[in-house]
Amino acid sequence: MTCDSARELISPLLDAELDAVQASEVERHMQTCVACAELKFEYLQLRERVRADAPYYSATEELRARIDRALRQAASAEDRPRAPWGWIAFASAAGFAAALLLAFVLGPNFFHSERAGGDLIAQEVVSSHVRSLMAGHLIDVRSSDQHTVKPWFAGKLDFSPKVKDLAPQGYGLTGGRLDYLDGRPVAGLVFQRRQHVINLFVWPSQAQSGSRLSNFAITGFNIVHWSEAGLTYWAVSDLNAAELRTFAQLYSE
Amino acid sequence: MADTIAFAQFEKAVMPHLHAAYNLARWLLRDHHDAEDAVQDAYLRAFRFFDSFDGVDARAWLLAIVRNRCRSVLGQSSRRADVAEFDERVHTADDSVSGPESGALRNAEILSLRTCIDHLPAEYREVVILRELEQMSYKEIAVAAAVPVGTVMSRLARARIRLKDCITARVRGVAR
Repeated sequence: MTCDSARELISPLLDAELDAVQASEVERHMQTCVACAELKFEYLQLRERVRADAPYYSATEELRARIDRALRQAASAEDRPRAPWGWIAFASAAGFAAALLLAFVLGPNFFHSERAGGDLIAQEVVSSHVRSLMAGHLIDVRSSDQHTVKPWFAGKLDFSPKVKDLAPQGYGLTGGRLDYLDGRPVAGLVFQRRQHVINLFVWPSQAQSGSRLSNFAITGFNIVHWSEAGLTYWAVSDLNAAELRTFAQLYSE
Repeated sequence: MADTIAFAQFEKAVMPHLHAAYNLARWLLRDHHDAEDAVQDAYLRAFRFFDSFDGVDARAWLLAIVRNRCRSVLGQSSRRADVAEFDERVHTADDSVSGPESGALRNAEILSLRTCIDHLPAEYREVVILRELEQMSYKEIAVAAAVPVGTVMSRLARARIRLKDCITARVRGVAR
């Protein structure tokens, strides 16, 4: 082991973050290298000093009481809509009502190309898109790095959505969030095309495997839907239909 | 009723980490009032998004929210983010350490260490605090600081070199 690589490993060695092989290599190196052994000693001293002398700032009882009050207030004030299941019931009821109304106003032929279940989901997708923009809750994890966004979903969802940044093609990834659609938690990926926000919702579907793109519009929003590899994808935006379709094509490639 | 249960669960999981939350905020913002406000905001946010908590590590999950709050506070008031404007006199007057062994020299040592930590860039300071004062593993710090484990490792190593150099420089400065 060289001095340079050993130096980098001394800090994690003291934190017990090296595996046994690496640790013994560094230890062996330090038996013959005085400079590295000294560095380890200095690090140890520093650690002792920080642990002993850096003050641990404890919260006051007033702060605890203040937070407790604020939380109780928040819990009782925002009561219904904030509770997730109440929200979903409300949103899906609203979506259902809107879909019924649309079907009634536009006539039965409007939805002929899509199954009734798909229409309801499309309506939910639009509601969720609008809500994400209105409530200012667009993003839970803000990052343009697909390698940051994808792992963020791990442990929050029982599937792993494909996360792809299309910034070079003009559809930049801006982040992700959890959402609820079709009665289950789903991945919400957020993209930006000029001033237009694109929400891409992803969740597992057993029904269709690899269906092709289908697009339609509801209340001025364009929607593109496809499925691949056991996952269903719904992209929604106020972006024009052609560009949203291009986005979907790029994404599904 | 569902809210009462959610509230009880939240209190049980998240309230025990209040000291950790305040300690991190206090070190990041270097101001008692700002830190208290940030922690309160963070708790309200945490409560609102409690359903996104995966149930694994409440401390790391909460600290990630606290850290984000602190980051946006620092972003809003650039005067605080600027290390150059850091005022040592405020520091001394602030909450000075007292105890049985607190002689003048001892106090100077403690102040010196604290000043050196405070002079670290925020992303170095947070990993030092989480590692040394919260004794969190790299994996836990990675969650709280929203960076990969490898980044935690390199930031800690660099932070330690800086701290070491800063302390050495101050000792020389006093001796001169």
